[in-house]
Amino acid sequence: MRRNVLPGLHLSLGITLFYVGLIVVLPLAALIFKASSLGFAEYWTIVSSPRSIASYRVTALAALAATVFNLFFGLALAWVLTRYRFPGRRLVDAMVDLPFALPTAVAGISLTALFSANGWFGSVLSDFGIKVAYTPLGIMIAMCFTSLPFIVRTVQPVLEDLDPALEEAAQSLGGSDWTIFRTVILPLLAPALLAGTSLSFARSLGEFGAIIFIAGNQPMSTEITALLIFIRLEEYDYQAAAAIASVLLLTAFAMLAVTNWLQARALRYTVKG
Amino acid sequence: MKIRLDTVIKTFETFRAVHGVSLEIESGELVALLGPSGSGKTTILRMVAGLEYADEGHIYFGDQDATDIPVRDRGVGFVFQHYALFPHMTVAENIGFGMKVSKVKRDKSEIAARVADLLRLVRLEGLGDRFPGQISGGQRQRVALARALAVDPKVLLLDEPFGALDANVRHDLRRWLREIHQELGITTIFVTHDQEEALDLADRVVILREGKIVQQGTPQEVCRDPKDAFVMKFLGDANRLTGTVSAGIAHVGDAQVDAPGIADGPAEIFARPRDLDWSTSGPGVAATVDRVLDRPGERRVIATASTGETLEFDVEPEQAVAKGEAGFVTLRRAKVFAVS
Repeated sequence: MRRNVLPGLHLSLGITLFYVGLIVVLPLAALIFKASSLGFAEYWTIVSSPRSIASYRVTALAALAATVFNLFFGLALAWVLTRYRFPGRRLVDAMVDLPFALPTAVAGISLTALFSANGWFGSVLSDFGIKVAYTPLGIMIAMCFTSLPFIVRTVQPVLEDLDPALEEAAQSLGGSDWTIFRTVILPLLAPALLAGTSLSFARSLGEFGAIIFIAGNQPMSTEITALLIFIRLEEYDYQAAAAIASVLLLTAFAMLAVTNWLQARALRYTVKG
Repeated sequence: MKIRLDTVIKTFETFRAVHGVSLEIESGELVALLGPSGSGKTTILRMVAGLEYADEGHIYFGDQDATDIPVRDRGVGFVFQHYALFPHMTVAENIGFGMKVSKVKRDKSEIAARVADLLRLVRLEGLGDRFPGQISGGQRQRVALARALAVDPKVLLLDEPFGALDANVRHDLRRWLREIHQELGITTIFVTHDQEEALDLADRVVILREGKIVQQGTPQEVCRDPKDAFVMKFLGDANRLTGTVSAGIAHVGDAQVDAPGIADGPAEIFARPRDLDWSTSGPGVAATVDRVLDRPGERRVIATASTGETLEFDVEPEQAVAKGEAGFVTLRRAKVFAVS
């Protein structure tokens, strides 16, 4: 029998499955159980109430906008960090992880201070008639902040491993820079970009701490779904909280399934045959 | 297309990779740039391709000064040591890439027909739908060659084309590349550090050392008349002996070797393993046998000369020679170089 470095299959499989069950599956099951104790009609009324729908809308749209923004900005940042050598590169590289390390409430308070009407950024922006704090734009900015590292950190290692000879080969075959980026670099980065995008989007959907300070939290306009769940909990309406949470959960699950499928498609070429 | 390099210089940061190299390559010629690592051979190849720019000097394609033409407009086919195939494209898509991105528009059926032709040329019919990860190293290198040929390059440039392959595959590909070159007649430059590969394959071998051309010529010229001790040693196993030259004759032990044109004084004498023999009497270099290695075609003798040098040479399989035996190493043929 082949011996592995780590202890045998039975032991490690047992421990990991038990742990996943305890930490991940059990709470989710409890959530579903709680939500399903409602009748379907009642469940539907809660999850499709105008206030819930408005919260999905603002959460999903802000998350989408933040993710698209980070997709471009994160890719550019990863590109600069891997392809260029400049003073302070390592510092910038280390700072990318800050949103992971910083308590999200601290981020939320700082962003609010910066973007409120008399803050450093907010006062300048208000001269142009742009209001960030207490608007959906503020929600988007908070989401951008907390989810930036996902794209950078998934794309960076792939970019580092990208053989420069591939670009040279494409150039020697007559490809223009844009053609090479579109037909060689981007397809090779696609799986990592997809992974980063889905993580970034999922994180934005569930973000709470960083947003509630800057969002203003007006029902029907700047109230995010996570906050609505929190409000229901504070009202001891556990079933309604679970019902709304189940919508978030299903959305996240469906999105991860779709990205997994897309990723597998993008990685078709690695299948040995 | 004729290629001409005129005193080309290239410096990386503080390291001078190429020191004023001038070289002419005739149309249709197959030339090897041969040298140890750090000799600047790959840098020269990359400058001809346009992947690197010369700091000084000029590169001409025919009569045209190509020095500042970017790689994508230079019309070269470049084959990389590690193939550099696009992993997310099939073999056929890889080969068709150059035609697809070309400014000259071709329709799909035209590209497909040309890809099929090239697959036939590199003997990979039926593998067009595979991904590079699904074929062997030798097959990948042939795809890389087909991809480079697809754009009808004026020059074909190969950077250590067989370096990453195992010996058997390398041997086959070498012969096959020679055949393709004969068939297409395209001017070809390849870089290698393997003398055997250069000598087997090239019409002309350019030997480089520390960014300069040491010698160039046909395989026969460089093998029979190496210009200095470096070329002699680099082209193959060589035994080094020391002696003195007087009046055009080198004396080593009590043996004599012709040394026309070498100034009187101390000299290095180099001899290939096949150019030395073992004898119980002289004239030769007194030596003691350390080991005898029996091989299918010959007996290799390793002996220590009385002057301290270790000598390796081949004798006839029938010749009686044993470990510990004392005798003389005789010189059938040798090259003499003045000690610089």
